[in-house]
Amino acid sequence: MWGYLIRRILAVIPVMTVVAVVVFLILHLNPDDPAAIIAGDQATAADIENIRRQLGLDRPVYIQFFEWVARLVRGDLGSSIFLERPVLHLILERVEPTLALAISTTIFSVVLALPLGVLAAWKAGSWIDQAIMAVAVLAFSFPVFLIGYGLVQGLALEWDLLPVQGFVSITEDPSRFLAHLVLPTIALGLVYTALLARMTRSTMLEILNEDYIRTARAKGLANPRVLLIHALKNAAVPIVTTIGVGIALLIGGVVVTESVFAIPGVGRLTIDAVLHRDYPVIQGVILVVSGFYVLINLLIDLTYTVFDPRIRY
Amino acid sequence: MTDITADAAGGSAPAPAKRSRLGRIVRRHPMMVAGGVILVTMAVVAAAAPLLAPHDPIELNVVDRLRPPDEDYLLGTDAYGRDMLSRMLYGARVSLIVGLAVALLSTVLGLLIGVIAGYYRLADAILMRIMDGLMAIPGILLAIALMALTRASIEVVILAITIPEVPRVVRLVRAVVLSIREQTYVQAAIAIGTRFPRLMLKHILPNTVAPLVVQATYIFAHAVLVEAYLSFLGVGTPPEIPSWGNIIAEGRLYVQIAFWQVLFPGLALAVMVLSINVLGDGLRDMLDPKMSRRS
Repeated sequence: MWGYLIRRILAVIPVMTVVAVVVFLILHLNPDDPAAIIAGDQATAADIENIRRQLGLDRPVYIQFFEWVARLVRGDLGSSIFLERPVLHLILERVEPTLALAISTTIFSVVLALPLGVLAAWKAGSWIDQAIMAVAVLAFSFPVFLIGYGLVQGLALEWDLLPVQGFVSITEDPSRFLAHLVLPTIALGLVYTALLARMTRSTMLEILNEDYIRTARAKGLANPRVLLIHALKNAAVPIVTTIGVGIALLIGGVVVTESVFAIPGVGRLTIDAVLHRDYPVIQGVILVVSGFYVLINLLIDLTYTVFDPRIRY
Repeated sequence: MTDITADAAGGSAPAPAKRSRLGRIVRRHPMMVAGGVILVTMAVVAAAAPLLAPHDPIELNVVDRLRPPDEDYLLGTDAYGRDMLSRMLYGARVSLIVGLAVALLSTVLGLLIGVIAGYYRLADAILMRIMDGLMAIPGILLAIALMALTRASIEVVILAITIPEVPRVVRLVRAVVLSIREQTYVQAAIAIGTRFPRLMLKHILPNTVAPLVVQATYIFAHAVLVEAYLSFLGVGTPPEIPSWGNIIAEGRLYVQIAFWQVLFPGLALAVMVLSINVLGDGLRDMLDPKMSRRS
C-alpha cells in the first residue's frame, strides 16, 4: 500500500511538469512578438523594449524557463502587467466566488444525479430509464447561458425572488451569499447533473451485469438491498473517479456561468487577462487551477486505498 | 426529406436493398435518424445562407434597431438594426465549420499520435506523459489561454478548441492498438513479415474506425458549444463575424428589453448540439453493441 501511495504521489511530478511547460510555451510559442502585443498599437520601441525586459524575453529561452520554474517553486507567480500586482494576490481575491459556485454545483448535481442514474440503471430499458436519459441528453446539449438567462428572465425578474447577478462574500452576509448562489448553481447544475447521471447509469449498469449481482438476486435478496449494498457500494469508486475527472468540465462551466451572472471570480479574471494580453495572469490562473484539479484527483485516488481494500498495487 | 435521409445514410447498394436497409436503420434507431436529418437540414440551410437570408447580415440600419420579431424581420433585429434571422443563418456556418474542423483535426492528430504511442514503447512513455499533462488543464481554460496567443480568427478558434480534445482521442486509439496488437492474427501477420504500414492499414486501423466515428461526433457537438462559449466570453470568433456566440454576447446587454437576441441563437445552438449528441448516441448503439449496453 505504501509503495502505491508513494508512486501515486510521485506521478504528479511529470503531470505538473508538462503543465508548466505548456503554460510557459503559451507565452513563448507566440507567433507575434508578445511584448509588442502587450504594449499595444501606440507603443514606442522603447516601451516594447521595456516590457520585453520586464518579461525577461531578452534572455535565452531555457534560462527563462528555469528561472521561471525556480520562482514558481517559491510560490511567486509573477506580477500582472496590466494591474501591476502579484498574480497570486489577484487569484486569491477572486477565488471565493469561483470555489463557492464549484462546490455548490457539485453538491446540487451529486445529490440529484446519483439517485437518477441508479434508478435509470436499475430500470434499464424501461420508460423511466428512457425518460431520465432523454432529459439528460437534452440538458447537456443546452448552453449554460440559455438556461441562465431563462432562469433570470422567467423566475428572478418576474417574481423578484432572488438576486439575478453579482456575489456577496460569506463573511459579509451568509444568507445573501446563499441567495446569490441559487440561480448560477441551478443553471450550471442542470448541465452537470445530466453528465453525472449518464455516467452513474453506465457505471451501475456495468456492475449490475457482474456475476455476484446475479448470485445475490438468485439467493433471493430484495432488490433495494442488492442495489444499495451490493451494487452501489462497488460502483462508488468508479463514480467518484468520474466526479473527480468531471471537475475539468465543471471548471469550464463555472467560467461561462460567472460571466452570465456577473460574478467576479477567477473566470472573469482570466477573460480580462486574455483581453489585455496579460500573460502572467493567464499563466498563473492555469497553473493554479490545473494544480488544484490534479490535487483533488490525487486525494480521491489516495482515499480509495483507505476505503477500498481491493486496491493494493 | 427522404432524399436527405438517403444521403445521410450514404448507401450505394441497389435501390430495393437500400430501401429495406434504410428502413431497418430508421426503425431501430429513430432518434439517431432524426438527429441526422435535423443536422443535415441545418447544414443545407447554412450552405444556402446567401440565398435564404432576407437581409444583409452585417448591414447597419439604425432606424430599425431592436425591433421585435415581425413580418419584416422574422426574428427581430439587434442593437444595430441588423436582421437576426440573416445573422443566424450565417452564424450556423461558423458553428458547423468550427465543429467539423475540430472533429476532423482532433481525430487525425489523435489517430497519428495514438498509433505511434500504441506501437512504440519508448514513444508511448513520453507521449502519454504529455497527454496526461494536457488533460490536467481544464479544456475551456486551455482554449481561452490559447486564444491569447495571437489575433483572433476562425482558424485560431479551431486550433484552440482542437488541442484540448486531442489527448482523449489519443487514449482511445492507443487502447485499441494495444489490445489489437496482442491478437493472434496480428501476431501471425508480424510473424510472416508484414511491414508496419500494411499492418496498420489492413489489421489495426480498421478496428479504430467505429469508436473514432462515435468519439468524433461527440467532439463535434462539444466543439460547437465551446465555440459559442468562447465567443460569448469575448475571446472567440472575431466580433465582426456573425457567430451564434457573438450574437448572444451582443444581445446580453439588451436581454431585458430584447430577449430574442439571446433566445433564438441560444435555441438554435441547443437544437444543433442536441441533434449531434443524439446522432452520436445512435451511432454508438449501432456501431458498438457492447458499448451501448454499458451506457
